[in-house]
Amino acid sequence: MESALQSIWFFLWGLLWAVFFMTDGFDLGIGTLLPFLGKNDTEKRLMINSIGPLWDGNEVWLITAGGVTFAAFPTVYAFMFSSLYTPLMLILFALIIRGVSFEFRGKIESEAWKKLWDTCIFISSAAPAILFGVAFANIFQGLPFDQNGYHGNLIYLLNPYGLLGGVLFLMLFLVHGALWLTIRTPGALQARADAAANNLWFVLTGVAVLFLGATYVYTPIYANYLSRPVLFVVPLITVIALFGIKFLVMKKQYLKAWFSSAATIVSATFFCIIGLYPNLFPSNVDAIYSLTAHNASASPLTLKIMLVVVLMFIPIVIAYQVWAYVMFSDQLSAEDLAAEEAY
Amino acid sequence: MDVVLLSRLQFAAATMFHFLFVPLTLGLSVLVAYMETQYVRTGDETYLSMTKFWAKLFLINFAVGVVTGITLEFQFGTNWSRYSAYVGDIFGSLLAIEATTSFFLESTLLGVWIFGWKKLSKKAHAAVMWLVAMAGTLSSIWILLANGWMQHPVGYTLRNGRAELESFAAVVTNKFGILEFFHTVSSAYVLSAFFVMGISAYHLLKKQHIEFFTRSFKIALVFGLASSLFVAISGDTHGVHVSEVQPAKLAAMEAHWETTQRAPIHIFAIPDADSEKNIIEIGSIPGLLSLMSFHDINAEVKGLKDFPKSERPPVMLTFISFRIMVGLGTLFILLTIYGWFKRNRLLESTNYLKVMLFAIPLPYLAIELGWVLAEVGRQPWIVYGLMKTSDAVSPIAGSQVLFSLIGFVVVYGLLGAIGFYLITINAKKGPVLEKHL
Ligand code: HDD
Ligand code: HEM
Ligand code: HEM
Repeated sequence: MESALQSIWFFLWGLLWAVFFMTDGFDLGIGTLLPFLGKNDTEKRLMINSIGPLWDGNEVWLITAGGVTFAAFPTVYAFMFSSLYTPLMLILFALIIRGVSFEFRGKIESEAWKKLWDTCIFISSAAPAILFGVAFANIFQGLPFDQNGYHGNLIYLLNPYGLLGGVLFLMLFLVHGALWLTIRTPGALQARADAAANNLWFVLTGVAVLFLGATYVYTPIYANYLSRPVLFVVPLITVIALFGIKFLVMKKQYLKAWFSSAATIVSATFFCIIGLYPNLFPSNVDAIYSLTAHNASASPLTLKIMLVVVLMFIPIVIAYQVWAYVMFSDQLSAEDLAAEEAY
Repeated sequence: MDVVLLSRLQFAAATMFHFLFVPLTLGLSVLVAYMETQYVRTGDETYLSMTKFWAKLFLINFAVGVVTGITLEFQFGTNWSRYSAYVGDIFGSLLAIEATTSFFLESTLLGVWIFGWKKLSKKAHAAVMWLVAMAGTLSSIWILLANGWMQHPVGYTLRNGRAELESFAAVVTNKFGILEFFHTVSSAYVLSAFFVMGISAYHLLKKQHIEFFTRSFKIALVFGLASSLFVAISGDTHGVHVSEVQPAKLAAMEAHWETTQRAPIHIFAIPDADSEKNIIEIGSIPGLLSLMSFHDINAEVKGLKDFPKSERPPVMLTFISFRIMVGLGTLFILLTIYGWFKRNRLLESTNYLKVMLFAIPLPYLAIELGWVLAEVGRQPWIVYGLMKTSDAVSPIAGSQVLFSLIGFVVVYGLLGAIGFYLITINAKKGPVLEKHL
């Protein structure tokens, strides 16, 4: 019973990260695309306003993923975040800057002022996208720690596999963001976003193939799959969804293409989560030091109470977030930018 | 460098900075929701302009509030990992519940509110702002229950080398957290009321947008008067509870060294921790401390000397913070009562308006000092009676914390300056008068 509860929480934990990547992923992608696709102030504003109403609610998936790690796996929360201190701080600083940039950018009518915040948006979107990839890839291959604690540092994390993970995440988010722009922006900007999605897709696919191969070499992720081959359905879904993106973009069915991209991100995350199970924070020194769903969880009572809370409230959250997404998935126009409240 | 000291500095800087923005979010959301409701009810366009003007200031403030909150959510893990592993079973769940029940609602619906003027009916749009305000209040309940648990741990057992949840009901009905909630939220309302009154006073002194700012001032005045009274009442109740469960904090708050019956309150004193007495005491009222803490003039109040030196909080800071907070609280009551009598002659009362303009920073000061009192006063404990702050820190290199601390100071310093500047220029610019929507 207790072990089942812990396993449920392991997959809920994975689900929260997957949803965070699926939602805030396109915000980070669009922020990174800002200097490349937005040719003038109007286009830049269109890009920012396309995520204006949604990015903050998306970011809460990260806060919740953090909170749930704390509640369900306190030892992991303590150990993971203090071990990955510097990369996490960098992510947090980036998210701080990104959040205020949207709000501050339009508040003063000056070229230099806007340029400053455009640069901030670019850096503070690209950096977390890459760093999340680096951090997770390193978790997949295991980190150097034993009974005396963690022995790595930031440079250690920037190993080839870690960096490949960073590039993969960035590519996933760029495609995801470009697709959101094809839904919400008009005219020339939309055409450029369409071209970006089309071209970046090839890079993404190349990186994904590399990553799958490297995963086999560098990580034990495939072990769970080899012992239970039926699980290969999950990466199969990823592959289908990935090709679905290309197919749907070519047919200019942008909304469906975006959903296909969302499915790619979620199933790719789950591919890794399943391979990781039951480890949350594996040691590459010796498996006995690894933090797992079973040796690092909260008490059964806390897990039960949290399960009730999550099963009650997450469906409600999803309901009103879907409502907001539906409300703000229409194509923007110049009139929308004229509104006083727009960014 | 000492990791404990650096981590404490960083945590204090991050929370205190976060809490410069939180109170205005809590209070102004209620005022904006009220203004919009009045607009929906009466169709009077001045209320619509008011909603938009105050909302603009609210949103700048909110942006900084949100981004500074995110770091806090992770800082327990980054900097206080031993603490997190020890109490995560209880404390972590409160934070997770806060995110699922409140942050989602607040952030998602605020986006809907900002961009949804044309997409929602007037009524629905106003209702969304009420939900935003409600979500903020809800989030403060959870975070203060978490803080209340650190101040006065309940509903746990020590098992597997950590504090494990024994009774969720006890944790969510913890009197300490609930008292903190009432006191903190009402102090946030005081702050927001003074913010609105101060900016209104600025424009009234310049005799511009008179109707607009008289109305804003009056709404805030009623709100401020009621909450100022409530802050004092809730603070007093809170003090009584502190004397029961945190006797060392009470003794430090009052610079009370010897255990005595009929314990006095000193209006002014200069405590000295080395010689274990007050160097100067002025205006001591015998029996008042016993009366206030235990509602019995002859009750015995434990003095600081009865606690081992290693378990005494820093006296000076605790004592001074408490004095200034209560002094300011009294001042706020007087200012709002005075305003009540002047409410129909505001334009002529230039001196009063000037005072109210310069009073804007005072509630900020009181609120920060309240937290200093609550947090410094519970030292050396991170969880009162269970775990010391020095045992809670992460086993990381001091240099890492030093760099992040410098990062915080620089980034927050810039953010604070820009946020302050943007709020000021927008406040001075005054409202855009709405025609039709
Ligand atoms: C949920 C828990 C929690 C909450 C809501 C707060 N604090 Fe706190 N505070 C802590 C949990 C904590 C802590 C983790 O327990 C610290 C870190 C080091 C310590 O001694 O206690 C602390 C320390 C700490 C210190 C330094 C005390 C010292 O080291 O001597 C200050 C000045 C504050 N806090 C101020 C605040 C402010 C302004 C808050 C308003 C948001 C606040 N605290 C909310
Ligand atoms: C030290 C503990 C605290 C932590 C870990 C914390 C965490 C957070 C986080 C993660 C956010 C961003 C949420 C979003 O994106 O919408 C936030 C915002 C907020 N927090 Fe805190 N917080 C702390 C202290 C407090 C306290 C004591 C209160 C209230 C009494 C409070 C009230 C709020 C409110 C109202 C917001 C909304 C945004 C704003 O501030 O303008 N927080 N907090
Ligand atoms: C007027 C009389 C007041 C009294 C008797 C009073 C009493 C108290 C007491 C006893 C505490 C300490 C609680 C603890 O140790 O945890 C406290 C904390 C605090 N006070 Fe006050 N207070 C007063 C006015 C104010 C005012 C005017 C403000 C701000 C506008 C304020 C803001 C706070 C805050 C933010 C805290 C920390 C949170 C908490 O512990 O509730 N107080 N107050």
